[in-house]
Amino acid sequence: MNIIVCIKQVPDTSEIKINPETNTLMREGVPSIINPFDLHALEAGLQIKERVGGKVIVLTMGPPQAETALREAISMGADEAALLSDRAFAGSDTWATSYTLAQAIRKLGADIIFCGKQAIDGDTAQVGPETAEFLGIPHISYIRKIEEIKDGYIRVQRLMDEGYDVVESSTPVLLTVVKELNQPRMPSLKGKMAAKKAGIKKMGKAEIEADENNIGLKGSPTRVKNIFAPQVKAERKMLAGSPEEQVNLLMEELRKVKCI
Amino acid sequence: MSIAVKLDKCTGCETCLTSCPFDAIVMKEGKAFINEYCNYCKTCISVCPEGAIYEVEEISNLKSQISNLKDYRDVLIFAEQREGKVAQVAFELLGVGRRLADELGAKLLAVLLGAGESGAKELIKWGADKVFLCSDAQLQKFNDDPYADVLTKVINEQKPSIVLAGATPIGRSFIPRVAARLRTGLTADCTSLEIDKETKNLLQVRPAFGGNIMATILCPEYRPQMATVRPRVMKRGEYDENRTGEIINLKPDNINSRTKVIDTVKESSGISVNLHEAEIIVAGGRGAGGEKGFKLLEELAQALGGVVGASRAAVDEGWISYSHQVGQTGKTVCPNIYIACGISGAVQHLVGMQSSDIIIAINKNPEAPIFSVATYGIVGDLFEIIPLLTKKVKELRGS
Ligand SMILES: Cc1cc2nc3c(=O)[nH]c(=O)nc-3n(C[C@H](O)[C@H](O)[C@H](O)COP(=O)(O)OP(=O)(O)OC[C@H]3O[C@@H](n4cnc5c(N)ncnc54)[C@H](O)[C@@H]3O)c2cc1C
Repeated sequence: MNIIVCIKQVPDTSEIKINPETNTLMREGVPSIINPFDLHALEAGLQIKERVGGKVIVLTMGPPQAETALREAISMGADEAALLSDRAFAGSDTWATSYTLAQAIRKLGADIIFCGKQAIDGDTAQVGPETAEFLGIPHISYIRKIEEIKDGYIRVQRLMDEGYDVVESSTPVLLTVVKELNQPRMPSLKGKMAAKKAGIKKMGKAEIEADENNIGLKGSPTRVKNIFAPQVKAERKMLAGSPEEQVNLLMEELRKVKCI
Repeated sequence: MSIAVKLDKCTGCETCLTSCPFDAIVMKEGKAFINEYCNYCKTCISVCPEGAIYEVEEISNLKSQISNLKDYRDVLIFAEQREGKVAQVAFELLGVGRRLADELGAKLLAVLLGAGESGAKELIKWGADKVFLCSDAQLQKFNDDPYADVLTKVINEQKPSIVLAGATPIGRSFIPRVAARLRTGLTADCTSLEIDKETKNLLQVRPAFGGNIMATILCPEYRPQMATVRPRVMKRGEYDENRTGEIINLKPDNINSRTKVIDTVKESSGISVNLHEAEIIVAGGRGAGGEKGFKLLEELAQALGGVVGASRAAVDEGWISYSHQVGQTGKTVCPNIYIACGISGAVQHLVGMQSSDIIIAINKNPEAPIFSVATYGIVGDLFEIIPLLTKKVKELRGS
């Protein structure tokens, strides 16, 4: 079974601070990591390989330094890695990103494709389903459990608002995963050695036979108009005194606004 | 388009460098230099104190991908249903959709799949002019293929200018497929939608980077302009018992799906977790200290007739299940009263609750960021405050 896991290198957004003067992000010193959901996607791929055989290929589109993310994935057990990097890919929105990933996946070939539920920087959760559409295959989002997998068939649990659905599908299929699915493994010593030596397959727009009109900023229907800091309310009232007094003040305030 | 630096104006202060979300700015001989990782987000333009960074508009030979942008007029919303009942988010979409349609002088259309006539009538009373209804029983359960097929067909025929759907597990799953197929843009998880007065384009505001920043997204050259909207962020429209509209019954020739839902399981965790509909939420964070702390919050929630929410920290600790999580990776809520207990207030949490009407923050640390969004702040120990508050509420309610 050929399994492709799409991973994205992202800034660790939980480490990001806001510069209070300019109200903008401070990226300095924020480490680049593999998107946390993608680690679960990788773990899912590795487990399937261990169960039914095959190989796991990790795929990322990004700048040349995204190679570190691929090597980290190899240290966890991925067999091969492919880096989609080309100046022409810069500025891709989810439409162009998905088109580009799909072109590469076609070249690599896959029975099952795993994506994370969403990337913690762009946060759209759109790349998985859009990629499946470009590949002309079904997808199932928010997978929390894989119940059964055999030739040409898969049955999974899909997280919904108030519980889950049990969904079956033919393969090839693309699955996006949530954290409940599994616990990602740590890199092994053997894996770390392999990661150092592994050859990374590099692909640009020519290798994936991309249509110029569908990639990068040019291929992207959306535009970021501007970016600004989230606003915060300012009419706060601090309630002072002993705990007893604070609670009394609060009750009074709530009664005033007829909330209690 | 590209972003460029006026070298004579750049003083090398590095403000842009530290604010670039993509590490795309480096210093070269004391001047800022934008490299190939640039994503054209324009943060640098807005922070540069010298006004030294600017946008170079390239004359695009691709302008107006759709020669007839003007043919796309109306506003269309996807109204989702669960077990045949129209979901809350649909009424919220009708609220914002009605406003946008009125501003554009256009019609408000709704697509309803897998429900009956009564649901369609309800949509009209909440503001829709036309409802495209497909009551086929095969559509009652959600599968991506048939939902995408039917919605795409309606969009191709009706040519709406704007398409809105809920950013729910359903909307976030199949709407991207529709956007990919239609070769158009899709903006995720919008928290505000406005029409640009000049261009009439849709200004779509959404949080990104875990809620650390807000971005305005445009889809200027393609139609329709598509967006998913977080539940509970928009206010519902106005209900009018007497409003009339048209119901168009769709009868697709064949409904195909490569995926099949064979079972739907509801998870009941004892306490109600219907955070979206709750009017009062008592939420706990790391400061709640453990299951014992959450027991206190539950008692208060019960006394108030509310439900219990949690920050990601508390969920990660295993004190309460994920279905209670509020924030960027959990749910967005907008109750009348949100009581944040022992929650420090990371932006990821704030984006999920800051539009609540009244926010009460209880925290030991007076510097906790949660106080910045609070209506009422109490610096203190929640293990003292909460039981007192519960007692007072019970006294007041005479139980
Ligand atoms: C502030 C801001 C707001 C944006 N808003 C939008 C928007 O509303 N709509 C839009 O179309 N674009 C938007 N973009 C562009 C978007 O972030 C990029 O296209 C990004 O490359 C992919 O989107 P994502 O990060 O949201 O990924 P998601 O769709 O959240 O990622 C889901 C999964 O897809 C896979 N994946 C995603 N990217 C890659 C990759 N490069 N390589 C390999 N696998 C990958 C991973 O498995 C990941 O877990 C925005 C960009 C910025 C800077």
